[in-house]
Parts: sequence; C-alpha cells; structure tokens
Amino acid sequence: MGLAGYEIEVEQVAGAGLTTEEMTLNMGPQHPSTHGVLRFVVKADGEVMIEAIPDVGYLHRSIEKIAEKVGYHGFMPYTDRVDYVAAMLCNQGWGMVCERLAGIEVPKRGEYCRVIASEFNRISSHLLALGTMVLDIGAATPFFHAIRERERINDLLEELCGARLTYNYMRIGGVAWDLPPGFAEKSIAFLDQFEPLIDEFNDLVTLNKIYIERVADVAVISAEDAIDYNLVGPNLRASGVKYDVRRDEPYSVYPELEFDVPIGTGEQGTVGDCFDRYIVRIREMEASVKILRQCFLQMPDGPVIAKVPRKFKPPAGEAYVRVESARGDMGWYVVSDGSEFPYRCKIRTGSFSAMGIIDKVSRGLMIADLVAVIASLDVVAPEVDR
Amino acid sequence: MDATAIHQRLKERFGDAVGDCDSAAKDPWIAVQPGAIAAVCRFLKDEPELAFDSLSNQSGVDYNAKDAIEVVYHLYSYAHRHPLVLKVSLPRANPVVSTVEQVWKAANWLEREIYDLLGVVFEGHSDLRRLLLPEDWVGYPLRKDYVEAEEYHGISTRRESMLK
Repeated sequence: MGLAGYEIEVEQVAGAGLTTEEMTLNMGPQHPSTHGVLRFVVKADGEVMIEAIPDVGYLHRSIEKIAEKVGYHGFMPYTDRVDYVAAMLCNQGWGMVCERLAGIEVPKRGEYCRVIASEFNRISSHLLALGTMVLDIGAATPFFHAIRERERINDLLEELCGARLTYNYMRIGGVAWDLPPGFAEKSIAFLDQFEPLIDEFNDLVTLNKIYIERVADVAVISAEDAIDYNLVGPNLRASGVKYDVRRDEPYSVYPELEFDVPIGTGEQGTVGDCFDRYIVRIREMEASVKILRQCFLQMPDGPVIAKVPRKFKPPAGEAYVRVESARGDMGWYVVSDGSEFPYRCKIRTGSFSAMGIIDKVSRGLMIADLVAVIASLDVVAPEVDR
Repeated sequence: MDATAIHQRLKERFGDAVGDCDSAAKDPWIAVQPGAIAAVCRFLKDEPELAFDSLSNQSGVDYNAKDAIEVVYHLYSYAHRHPLVLKVSLPRANPVVSTVEQVWKAANWLEREIYDLLGVVFEGHSDLRRLLLPEDWVGYPLRKDYVEAEEYHGISTRRESMLK
C-alpha cells in the first residue's frame, strides 16, 4: 500500500515541473583508489555516470626527454621509474631494445636470470593489483594476505639486487650480477609455500558471493573494443583474446619454457567483465610459478652478461621491441643516430591504453563502479604519464 | 605478409601517395604522404589479407637537421600476427596530418600525446588537447630546439648544481 502511494507521489512531483540536474564531480588527484596521482572529472546523473574524463599528467617526469640526455647505460635506473610496480620488466624492455639496436646477444644464463627476476616481479605486481582491487571494493583483509606475500618477493629481489622496488638489476647485454648463493633454494621454498596461498586467496575473495556480485558483469569490454583501444596483457586476455607476447612473439628464453596463457571465459558473468580481468591475473600468477620452477631446473652455467663497451654507441637506426610486462605488451621505440645518446625514446605502456578506454566503459555505470573499473584495469599512474 | 608484399599492394592501390619501402631496416617501414595516411590505414585495417586491427604504437620524432617531424605508426595484426611500420614526414614549421582516430580508437590518446609534446596537429581529431602537460604550457618539450621557460606561474625551473 505504502509503496503504491509513494509512486503516485513521485509522479505528482515530476508533474510539478521539477527537473533533475547533471552533476560534475571531481575525483582525485589525491584519492586512495586512483592508484597514483590522477584525476577524474565525473559527470553524473544521480549515481549514474554520464562520462568520466581522466585527467592525467600529474606524474609526468619527462622520462623520454631524460633518455635523450643521459645515454644508454645511464637510462637503465630511469626505466625503473616508468612503472615502479614492475620495474624489472621495464629494465628488460630497455635492455632488449638496446641489444636489438646494437645486435648484442645475451648469454643464456643472463636470459634465465632476467626471466626469473621478471616473473617474480610479475607475481608481486599482480599481488598488488589484486590486493588493491579488493581493498578498493571494500575488503580489507585479503589485501594484507597479498601484501604479505609481496613482501617475501621483495625480500628475495632485495637479496638479488639490493633494492626492493626500483631494482636497476639488468644491464644492456645481460644482468648486473648472477644469482646469489642459495637463491634458488630460497626461491623454491617460497614457491612451495606461495602456491597453496593462491587457493587460500581464492577461498577468501574469488569465490565470495558478495565479491562476485560486485565485479561480475561490470564494465564489459568486448574483444573488438579491446583491440581497437589497444588494450594489452591481462586486460586484453580477459576479453577473450588469447595473446601473450611471451608466447606469440617469443623473446628471451620463453620458447624453452612451458606455460599457460589464461583468458577470460565469463565464468561468473560476461567475457571481459571486471571479474575476468581479476581472475586472469590470479591464473597468471600460477603460470609464473610454473615458469619459475622450470627456470631453476633448466638454468645453464656460464656468464650472465655479454661484453658491451662502456661507451655504448649503437649504429644509426631504429628498433621497436615489445615486452610482456605485468600490465601487458610494453612497446619500446628507440631511434639511434650513432651517438652515445638515444635520439628518441618512446615508451608505450599498458596503463596508457587502459586509461584511454575508461571513459568509454564507465558510461552508464554507477559512480561506485568506477573504482572497480580502474582497479580491474590495473592502471598505474606513473606508467601513463612517464 | 612481409613489408615488401604489403608495399606492393599499397602501391597498386594508392600509387604515388605511397613512397619507398625500407625493407632492410630492423623493422621494415613504408613512407606515406601525409594526405593519404588515413586512407592507407583504413585500407590496411579493412583488407582481410592485411587486417591490421591494432595500432600498437604511434610516436613523433623531431629531425631538426632534416627540418622535418616524422610521425611513426607501429601497426600489428592480431589476426595474422604480422607487424608493419608507416612513416609520415611533415614540415617542422607547420606539422599537420589527418588523424587515424576513426580507424583505431587507440590513436585518440596517442595523438594527443604527440600534439602535446611535439606540436603535431592532427586534423579531424575529436579532442585535440594537451594530455600530459598543463594546458597553458608554452612550447613542445620533445622538439630538439626546445628551451625550458625560466619559470612557470612563478615557480622557478632553475636549480643550483648539486655538484659544487
């Protein structure tokens, strides 16, 4: 009875000529769920977003310009700052593009060291992505489970190269140091205890009905849109495109390694929704564990770095290299004029593409879902701005 | 399909609007006249044998010695797993080229970045604003002759040397 009366009342109010108003809201640049300093201008009708325009550039440090000033060797530590959540993979990208320019071959053991460091970093990056995603959505406990494991990886990487976040571990031609004594044993011990924890994390969050309700069928991105907007990595695979640079344009020692390329299947909703982007990252951690185990078994002895002159002057020319970073296919385009300094360096990152699609996918969603969209696309602001 | 074969196809279709092909380069590239770039890209995307469905990267390079700014398009086909590089050379004084935003949505942000940092104007772009720098920033930092302003809104950009 009461409800029916309410409806009548609403109709009368609407009939009285009252209009609804569009609201412009500001989100960021300092906001706990924007994953770095970035801002959204949200136009909303009530709680429904009409558009969400990203405003980026707060973390622009002109890294590409710096490359033109510091030389090839000197730029390696700067690549850490491109994406500080997955710095190893940026190191690897820079190393690979320089090696391609100069035609340097990395010794086998050096490649294995790179893959080991990169895959550890991929797991730690995904842990942070998954942990903050559930935290943003409102579940605090799983975040601490994820961050605890990430700390263990940080400890391992600290032992490897002395740094916990900005590693500067790789060099043009290989890596700076071989694995320290006992590293393989410690790593295997970590993997043994980490693998069951993925199941624990799944029990905590993934199969939680409330969580699934919150992310399934939200912000669905079709495979066509994903390719059109050049989404890469886990975001692309979540939309059902089975493509991984490590498998499809193989580099380093990945052809010698066996691993799965998980894709989104819409198991809790539609292919390409927030849940798929989440579950793909969980499965990728499992794949990385598999890769790491093989690496420690197959790793040959030998040098870890090729002979590269201190005055590194690649012949004039240009190269484009793509690396599968934690946020997907990262493009490194470098032009050399034959001097000690790169003539131009352009870094096309996964977060950059992902930011470009947020406005499109967030139209018509609730404001609260914007947080889930940003987190599920795993946008890291410094990687957008460079 | 390799770059030489693609170049052949483009030549047949577009004639002189498509320039030479450097097939000896590490990433073989094809030069395209600025006026034809949108049509060439549309053709490369729509032709089923080529099917360049993604714009992997788009960047600008300032060659001040040649008095040119080049826009470089790195294309990739997920359907056929082949790459291609296109280059457009523009005069430094008036770098204008038509947008490829209508071909690949990814170009929207990539072109905004090139406009922001190199000052290339993309005709027909839906939202050509600066992307990374503030909207009142003066100059295009990735140009080789760029000189940083002494200050920005009263904030000095000069720093004393750390090495004394």
